Amino acid sequence: MSVVPAEVLPGGSRAVPETASGPAELGPRARLWPSLAAVYRAQLSRARVARIPLLFVATFQSIGIAVMMRGVVEGGDEAQSVVAGSSVLVVAYVALNLLSQYFGQLRASGGLDHYATLPVPPAAVVLGAAAAYASFTVPGTLVTAVFGCVLFGLPLTNLWVLLAVVPLAGAALAGLGAACGLLAPRPELATLLGQLGMSAALLLGVLPAGRMPEVIRLARDLLPSTYGVEAYARTFGPHPDWALVLADLGVCAGVGVVSLAVATRAYRRAAVR
Amino acid sequence: MTRAGQALGYDEVVRVRGLSKTYPAIRGRRGTPGTPEVRATDGVELDVRRGEVFGLLGPNGAGKSTLVRQLTGLLRPDAGSVEILGHDIVRHPERAARILAYLGQESSALDELTVSLAVETTGRLRGLDVRRARAERDAVLEELGLTPIAGRALKKLSGGQRRLACFAAALVGRRPLLVLDEPTTGMDPVARRAVWAAVDRRRAEDGTTVLLVTHNVIEAETVLDRVAVLDQGRVIACDTPAGLKARVAGEVRVELVWRERAPLEVPEVAVLRERAARSGRRWTLRLAPEEARAVVATVTGGAAFAALDDFTLATPSLEDVYLALGGEARQGLVRA
Repeated sequence: MSVVPAEVLPGGSRAVPETASGPAELGPRARLWPSLAAVYRAQLSRARVARIPLLFVATFQSIGIAVMMRGVVEGGDEAQSVVAGSSVLVVAYVALNLLSQYFGQLRASGGLDHYATLPVPPAAVVLGAAAAYASFTVPGTLVTAVFGCVLFGLPLTNLWVLLAVVPLAGAALAGLGAACGLLAPRPELATLLGQLGMSAALLLGVLPAGRMPEVIRLARDLLPSTYGVEAYARTFGPHPDWALVLADLGVCAGVGVVSLAVATRAYRRAAVR
Repeated sequence: MTRAGQALGYDEVVRVRGLSKTYPAIRGRRGTPGTPEVRATDGVELDVRRGEVFGLLGPNGAGKSTLVRQLTGLLRPDAGSVEILGHDIVRHPERAARILAYLGQESSALDELTVSLAVETTGRLRGLDVRRARAERDAVLEELGLTPIAGRALKKLSGGQRRLACFAAALVGRRPLLVLDEPTTGMDPVARRAVWAAVDRRRAEDGTTVLLVTHNVIEAETVLDRVAVLDQGRVIACDTPAGLKARVAGEVRVELVWRERAPLEVPEVAVLRERAARSGRRWTLRLAPEEARAVVATVTGGAAFAALDDFTLATPSLEDVYLALGGEARQGLVRA
């Protein structure tokens, strides 16, 4: 089939001496930010096609929980944590649950080979996917928060705080989700871990902390989404303590950095076996 | 890139020595039997020269994919060395991604993207800036005839079209070495021709080297410059397809298909009976050319012809070579 004999090809000549002096030049490496942007864009378009129904599920689920809690909670502090918790739950659902499923399936199906044979920094693949999933939760989170505030008669003035809460809590949870998906030996386990994390975020994030036993409260403190919930919940009062809000967001950011680093290491491990 | 390689005078693009990989035995759990230790590659030695289309031929389970995963830096070998354009891939697996483009068998990373975005994204992740990635994307889609379906998601396409789209992604951001794992699976003849034309163009223009995994002997014979035949993790032969076939040269394969039964009353036919591999009404004979001519003359005339349904006369294929070399698998090679 080949119409070009190897001998007439450029460089195909056997007359060239074989004494190579050092290895050939390597192709360019993809740099972190451009490749992160490319992965982000591709993942966002993927999510747009495949994840819109799931986003509706996430939003309705959170709104449903807020409605349900209306019958239990009197108002005041507890109402604030319910609204904040159900809003952040959208982030937990998408970033933790869906992302761990995605990476679990990608690893199991051999799809990671595609990225592993491209000169792209592992961090770009993990961060790009995590960022796309996290930013996809923004509309659902806002809808849930507005609905919750109206339902419980809370002010909408500090809704903008969510613009910091979503990416920071998103980074922490997406890193955890990606790490679960990449480390789980089987895709079913990745799905299971994502679901468990999501259930934890639901139970520990939405229910008011004041009524929990000590052990559960400790578990709540270990969950990164808790700090996102608390940061938002603190802003409903007439005089929010912004230092504490910042501290909570700082915890989210710290956990985010650590969990994304873990996810990046997990990716490296999963890509080259 | 290739120019730099040429200046340094690399004749061998890939050099593999003593490459071995053993998958450990898996102990059986309740209800599932364990699997014994498997030597997936066993002391493999290969040299792939610049500008060649070099094939790895073997049945399923021969170790082709394991070998390719070791060459692309995806799998660490237990022992042995892989050198690509002077780079030690066992010690620096991450360099493989900057030397070669790999088309694997799975498309799950790209499935939910449109053809256009899949190709563009792959180009950007291969280090191209946005403008060049888009320019190369448009050129490759046009070259492979994918422009009309550029806006459709890969998972909505037929198997052959999806494969072609993945092939397009492997071509952006040109690399001196293309590693293609059964690239034409599921493709119609038009798509196959587009693939081989694109490969030939890159060979002619850039001196691109191609490492092709296949279990299709017809494709192997028509496309490859040289081929390594793999069996149970070992290279059992490595030569040009013609050179390999010369090992069983002096033989012609004659296949006879009788209408109802063989006309054994014809003495010449009766003589052949013992030498033929018989499968129902089909007889397969390996004969010297003069003998084959005589047989054809006999069966196409007289009483034998009346009983003959069909006959073919063929030079030996790589399948015959594989069997003559002692290949273990009786099936697994595909003729299509």
